[in-house]
Amino acid sequence: MSNIAIRVENLGKQYRLGEIGTGTLSHDLNRWWARMRGKEDPFAKIGEANDRTTKGNSEYVWALKDVNFDVKAGEVLGIIGRNGAGKSTLLKILSKVTAPTTGRIKVNGRIASLLEVGTGFHPELTGRENIYLNGAILGMSKSEINRKFDEIVDFSGVERYIDTPVKRYSSGMYVRLAFAVSAFLEPEILIVDEVLAVGDAEFQKKCLGRMKDVSTNDGRTILFVSHNMAAVSTLCSTSVLMQHGTVLDHGDTKNIIEQYISIGRTSNGEVWEDDIKCTLTNPNLKFKKVSLMGKNGPSNSFGLDEDIVCQIDYEVVSDSTTVVPSIHLLNNYGECILASFNATSVSLIPDPYFDKVLPKGQYRVQCTIPRYFLNDTQYTISAFIANDISFHNMTSAEEVISFEVNETGAMRQEHIGTWIGQIRPRLEWKTTKEL
Amino acid sequence: MQHIEVLRQPKPIVVSPSNNNEWTEVIEPRTNLLDLRLGDVWRYRDLVMMFVRRDFISTYKQTVLGPIWFFIQPLLTTLTFIIIFGQVAKLSTDGLPQIVFYLAGVTVWNYFSQTLTAISTVFVTNAAIFGKVYFPRLTMPVSIVLANIVRFLIQFGLFLGVWLYYILRGDSTINPNWLIVLTPVLLAMMGLMSLGLGMIFSSLTTKYRDLSMLLTFGVQLLMYATPVIYPLSSIPEEYRWLVLANPMSSIVETFRYAFLGSGSFNWVYLGYSALFTVVILLAGTIIFNKVEKSFTDTV
Repeated sequence: MSNIAIRVENLGKQYRLGEIGTGTLSHDLNRWWARMRGKEDPFAKIGEANDRTTKGNSEYVWALKDVNFDVKAGEVLGIIGRNGAGKSTLLKILSKVTAPTTGRIKVNGRIASLLEVGTGFHPELTGRENIYLNGAILGMSKSEINRKFDEIVDFSGVERYIDTPVKRYSSGMYVRLAFAVSAFLEPEILIVDEVLAVGDAEFQKKCLGRMKDVSTNDGRTILFVSHNMAAVSTLCSTSVLMQHGTVLDHGDTKNIIEQYISIGRTSNGEVWEDDIKCTLTNPNLKFKKVSLMGKNGPSNSFGLDEDIVCQIDYEVVSDSTTVVPSIHLLNNYGECILASFNATSVSLIPDPYFDKVLPKGQYRVQCTIPRYFLNDTQYTISAFIANDISFHNMTSAEEVISFEVNETGAMRQEHIGTWIGQIRPRLEWKTTKEL
Repeated sequence: MQHIEVLRQPKPIVVSPSNNNEWTEVIEPRTNLLDLRLGDVWRYRDLVMMFVRRDFISTYKQTVLGPIWFFIQPLLTTLTFIIIFGQVAKLSTDGLPQIVFYLAGVTVWNYFSQTLTAISTVFVTNAAIFGKVYFPRLTMPVSIVLANIVRFLIQFGLFLGVWLYYILRGDSTINPNWLIVLTPVLLAMMGLMSLGLGMIFSSLTTKYRDLSMLLTFGVQLLMYATPVIYPLSSIPEEYRWLVLANPMSSIVETFRYAFLGSGSFNWVYLGYSALFTVVILLAGTIIFNKVEKSFTDTV
């Protein structure tokens, strides 16, 4: 017997766009007629790759196409990809909720999937009754649930309410109970969607801990689909990267996460003069280009462990003048979380051009936002060039580039839950013993 | 990076013999039409019982009268029938006390129609659950059949009470006979027939909602084509075959004949109903199994 737990072969899933209605019957009849004559499905050949941003020509799209990969027994595999990459479709097929259009998945072992917690919970039933119902839906037998009942109740922490209908529960209690049932499933293969983003921080920690337990101690195969790079990087040793319904790469998680970040990279890391909208204009100072550079050139998607260089190319148009470039960094809500400008006491390194009168010509100034400084979220940058430090007469390029910073797992060896805060610098921590 | 020991030996996995004998399961686009996977339903029998329980509990939770509603429903229907068909329209009841006559018909018919209607919306009403987790979909209609049997038994008890009352009073029009032993068979036939029909309707409604409209009043109309409110004997000889073409007719007639001694009984008609049940059940199961694989995309 091989030690492959899941083998996905040429898997494809086609969806029809738009409404299912009047056209359905005629397509169905067409299909049936083709089958009667022993021909191929006339609609299977058409259809295009699934890229929701571009308008397609066909009514049919392939949400998954030619997907191939193996999962070894005992492996914890992460499946990552941007929205619409086909992760959920893959998950649904694996869970047998829907059948593939082409290809097959071969499985060795009992599969249980958690696309949602608390599936089938009935509001009128008590917590106890719902544990049995939900457990049975997830494939547990009654005796199995009997055996684990106390553990489940204990894990959920709602013992006091166990004989109260769940419609009286707070939403937190509901979710706790629901997750608790799922946590005690014992299949050989577990498929987990992002159901971990439930409950409060303490409970999240418990859930992730339980997942880790299940994978390391019981040696089960786990497929974990998530946007949460922090969780993926701690839980999964290998990952699959999906894009537009195909597998882009499969390998070491660290590597895959780096690629995931780079999928987001576009040329939007650079904005040229014609595209820069200036709200304030100093006719003597003109932007030529504003760009953000990561380790692989211009980009608008970076890793936490990547230096981000903000580069401003500008022109002194006619009169010689001193120039003070500055930047603002805005968070998702448009609030300025930091401002910086080129001045001796502000810069970490001396800049020979500071406070010098610059003759007519083109200049380039760079400012580095260090690695391990921003959090894993979106930011927007604004750039300004002014005559002097009073910032009275300046040209502004407000909100010129939006970019995102992504988790790489580098700071995630201990904590895997949400990391709040607008920035996430590495700080010095030191404990001393009081005498 | 914290080291996670991933290459542990997995738990021993029992490989069941299948066409791909190295694998325990193969997920494929289309499987053999006749591969009904009834074994799966058996494995999930605990779930079936859980659904039955849920049905029962949730229906009458937070009602004052609770399970008494099981009695009120057939009683009120019977009362209505007595007034409208018995008093106003003066339809024949073969000389039987009207309440017993109608109650017999209503009890049997209710089981069939309620089961059929409930099963016919299985996919649409359970789309949310079905879209999130796999369990043999057949468990759902099967559980409805069983839950309705419980309901039937309660209402049947009511009928028996009224029936006994008349017998003990010495009503000479009521002549029960040995065919009473066929009651479980009749119940099974109705359950399976409504299961088969319900599965066909529920499968087709995933794509074509038109059918759910058709079914609701279709079932109502069908009652008039079944000898529920009239005895078969009141239908002119030359049109009787029309009523008998309805496979429910012989079941209702047999039930009434067994308990009340009026009406007719014929093994041929009952055999026809049985054959119909088998065919419809097989067709229903096949269609249902085919649709369950992809209905989440079309529902």
